[in-house]
Amino acid sequence: MEHYISLILKAVFVENMALAFFLGMCTFLAISKKIEAAVGLGIAVVVVLTVTVPVNNLLYNSILREGALDWAGLPNVDLSFLGLLTYIGVIAAIVQIMEMVLDKYIPALYAALGVFLPLITVNCAILGASLFMVERDYTFGESVVYGFGAGLGWALAIVALAGIREKLKYSDVPDGLRGLGITFITVGLMSLGFMSFSGISL
Amino acid sequence: MADASAKQVLFEPIFSNNPIALQILGICSALAVTTSMNVTLVMCMAVIAVTAFSNLAVSLVRAQIPGSIRIIVQMTIIASLVIVVDQILKAYAYEISKQLSVFVGLIITNCIVMGRAEGFAMKNGPWLSFLDGVGNGLGYSVLLIFVAFFRELLGAGSLFGISLMPVVNEGGWYVPNGLLLLPPSAFFIIGLAIWGLRTWKPEQVEEPDYKMSRHTAKEAF
Repeated sequence: MEHYISLILKAVFVENMALAFFLGMCTFLAISKKIEAAVGLGIAVVVVLTVTVPVNNLLYNSILREGALDWAGLPNVDLSFLGLLTYIGVIAAIVQIMEMVLDKYIPALYAALGVFLPLITVNCAILGASLFMVERDYTFGESVVYGFGAGLGWALAIVALAGIREKLKYSDVPDGLRGLGITFITVGLMSLGFMSFSGISL
Repeated sequence: MADASAKQVLFEPIFSNNPIALQILGICSALAVTTSMNVTLVMCMAVIAVTAFSNLAVSLVRAQIPGSIRIIVQMTIIASLVIVVDQILKAYAYEISKQLSVFVGLIITNCIVMGRAEGFAMKNGPWLSFLDGVGNGLGYSVLLIFVAFFRELLGAGSLFGISLMPVVNEGGWYVPNGLLLLPPSAFFIIGLAIWGLRTWKPEQVEEPDYKMSRHTAKEAF
């Protein structure tokens, strides 16, 4: 249990997807002007990550990994080069399925997430989490926890940034720095703040 | 856009319509790989190759792709190209591919590739699309190399791994600025680069969301 708590803390704070690995930056900067939108997107990312990382973990361990096809009589087959194609396919498919399921059973949440759900397919944080999971060789349990933690960290960062930007629009920023420029600097300062967590482990 | 000249298509994205500074595309991977020039150059070449060839491929089959599944088709083309690049890097530049870690794979979700395939290659011929891919890849590279130049020079006192300013630890005089090797510095440098670019080309300045009204009321002294 302790191991999992440590993993989740690490994923949320120390190795924050957005601020330490720069993942999902495009959406991070584009959809952080309003807090409501940021919250919606954050929730969507948490949900999608919690589902896709474990699914990709299962696929990797039972099909793609070297020697994983032993049970089928193919002990020497190494399909790990197909990884990228598989993960992105899985992510696209799961996002699509999730969209349909939400539309049918939880229309309120579906309406709240709106356009963000399809956008998530091309969010690097989602694919990045799957790739990190493979690189660090997580077990199934760890991958569930990691997926959730990584999503939570990303959601936290985007909501915080949206809060800052809502206030920031009232400040008098130099012309050339207005908009994207000052946002970058803000994110840099946030990232500096998050660095104070580095080295923490339970 | 359809009758744009080849030269315009190739060079416009570098400064006038830079994918990172203006279109907010492809920032994700732009920052993580810029701690040293070697790694950055390899990453840039990978991105240029993928953008150019995915644009070419998408443009070639654009008439055959049904509208409703075009995203999946583009995704498959891009992912296949990235796998090729990844395998080549693993075969010929193993050390660098280790340093790039997951970021080669993340070219798939690099919005530049997808954005250009969807926004340009679906509407234009193969040759122009190819040039557009190269141009946008170059625009991305210019900013990346700019960032990497400062980060490696000031953070480690070297360029391409060759020591230019001998650091104190090895008996030299330069005290390296460790912050530049850490994530936040990349954000600062890109922010400042955007500032510089927009001061040079003022038409890129964004409209303010909110204008402060003039200070008219007399202050009470």
